Amino acid sequence: MRARYPDVFDRPASARLATPAMIVAAFAILIYGLVDLDFSPSRFFAGLSQLGWIGLMMIPPDPGSSLPVYLKALGETLSIALLGTTLAAIFALPVSLLAARNVVASNILRFPVRRVLDSIRGVDTLIWALVWINVVGLGPFAGVLAIAVADFGAFGKLFSEAIEGADQKQVEGIRASGGSALHEIRFGLLPQVLPVIAGQVLYFIESNTRSATIIGIVGAGGIGLQLAEQIRVLEWQKVSFLILMILVAVAAIDFISGKLRFAIIGRRAVA
Amino acid sequence: MTVAVSILPEQQLAVLNAAYRQAVARRRWRLFLGTVVFAAALLLAAVGAEVNLRTLFTYFGNFVSYFDRILTLDSGQRVWTDVGEWLWGWRKWLKMLAETLLISYVGTLIGATFAFVLNFFAAENTSPAPWLRFVVRRLLEFARTVPGIVFALVFVIAFGLGPMAGVLAIAIHSTGALGKLFSEIVENADMKPVEGIRSTGASWLSCMRFAVVPQVTAGYASYALLRFEINVREASVMGFVGAGGIGQELVVAIRKFYYSDVSAILLTIIVTVFVIDITTGWLRGRLFGKEARA
Repeated sequence: MRARYPDVFDRPASARLATPAMIVAAFAILIYGLVDLDFSPSRFFAGLSQLGWIGLMMIPPDPGSSLPVYLKALGETLSIALLGTTLAAIFALPVSLLAARNVVASNILRFPVRRVLDSIRGVDTLIWALVWINVVGLGPFAGVLAIAVADFGAFGKLFSEAIEGADQKQVEGIRASGGSALHEIRFGLLPQVLPVIAGQVLYFIESNTRSATIIGIVGAGGIGLQLAEQIRVLEWQKVSFLILMILVAVAAIDFISGKLRFAIIGRRAVA
Repeated sequence: MTVAVSILPEQQLAVLNAAYRQAVARRRWRLFLGTVVFAAALLLAAVGAEVNLRTLFTYFGNFVSYFDRILTLDSGQRVWTDVGEWLWGWRKWLKMLAETLLISYVGTLIGATFAFVLNFFAAENTSPAPWLRFVVRRLLEFARTVPGIVFALVFVIAFGLGPMAGVLAIAIHSTGALGKLFSEIVENADMKPVEGIRSTGASWLSCMRFAVVPQVTAGYASYALLRFEINVREASVMGFVGAGGIGQELVVAIRKFYYSDVSAILLTIIVTVFVIDITTGWLRGRLFGKEARA
């Protein structure tokens, strides 16, 4: 055995050293980074004790007298997420057809569409929010548009992948019976991909509730605005209450959209 | 080959037809109801988000002209006619970009390390005690549900302005996200090696070390790389709240209307994100082969 499989018994030193070397290298960069980014232990521990105080001051969570304001802000956040995601999905569907290999065969058309989608996705939602604030002014409307644009990039990619994964047999069948290109898409592709797309949209509404909570930090409406304000004026009890509200809202949306997803695409497809 | 289609007698057919029509009608009715509910929710949301189509149409020109403006230099020329002038601050920006990358790297690695330690307690098949699993899971859930930038806001107050707050925020968020993904990998791992090692009288720690870890490291590394990609994007906005990186430059440029700077910084961010996406994709492919990615 030993003679026949020498590699198994005596691995060359290079193979044995590769993993530890990589780990050492990874942590060497980490140490360098910590030094370069001013991580002095004294500062760290001073900050930790400060953080401990903040934590203590957060208890008990208390909205004071502004509970109605917060509830309204939370409603605003949910509205932003729902509207933004829906808008993005509506606009992304036709574009994703252009980006799918099995619909648009020519590389020349597909390549720029994909790169545009990539560029949109490379820019964070918060940056889009800042841009839209310049256009339509402060407020939740800018948030809706920011989420719509940012998700447009993500949906375009996801939808086109779903379309590329679809079975071509149905499309061929429709072509064989004399259907036009639009018929092929409408009756061959869409019935296959719609459930997948619906699942993804629901998932994004869920994750956008999270993004929508933060775009308020730059002034695009919703509960993030309240949160950033209360953090800046050091009202820690209100901060913890707001964080709790966000947690509860996200959990509720998770639960509801999970149920809906099961209803739309069936239990098996999700798992 | 011809196949004879058997035609059912009229009576039997009528029953089946009726059942079919009823089923279709029920489906249509449900679809209609769903659409109505959804439309109502959208309408409600439009009111809640103060959507004003008139504002949109009045200002849509602004959106287009905004891009026009950020692509114009102070001298009135297009940016690409004078690249040197457009990217005048590239030394500073590259430095900030490097800081952004370092923030996300350090944050991801710290987060991945914590997630690595915690995920064995969170996974159903390896957790030593149910109460421990419950506690760790809630902890991870908290860490990933609170947005990273909120942590950054709080940390800026506790640790002072600068990249430290950004790193810690990203580390905590990554711990939460990776901890969940890691524990899902562990739950899918084969338990036979664990039984084998436990039968030799080994402790819980050695069971994890010798039976679970060798099975899951490839998946861990793959997810950690993916997280790094996401964190680069996240770190690019940490500067908005004063937590270091290129975001600081960007927010200043946007707020002070230095139009051509906005497009230049955006360009550097987009290019960096591209490069990172491609590199990590290539690295994942090389490290784990095609099948490990699926």
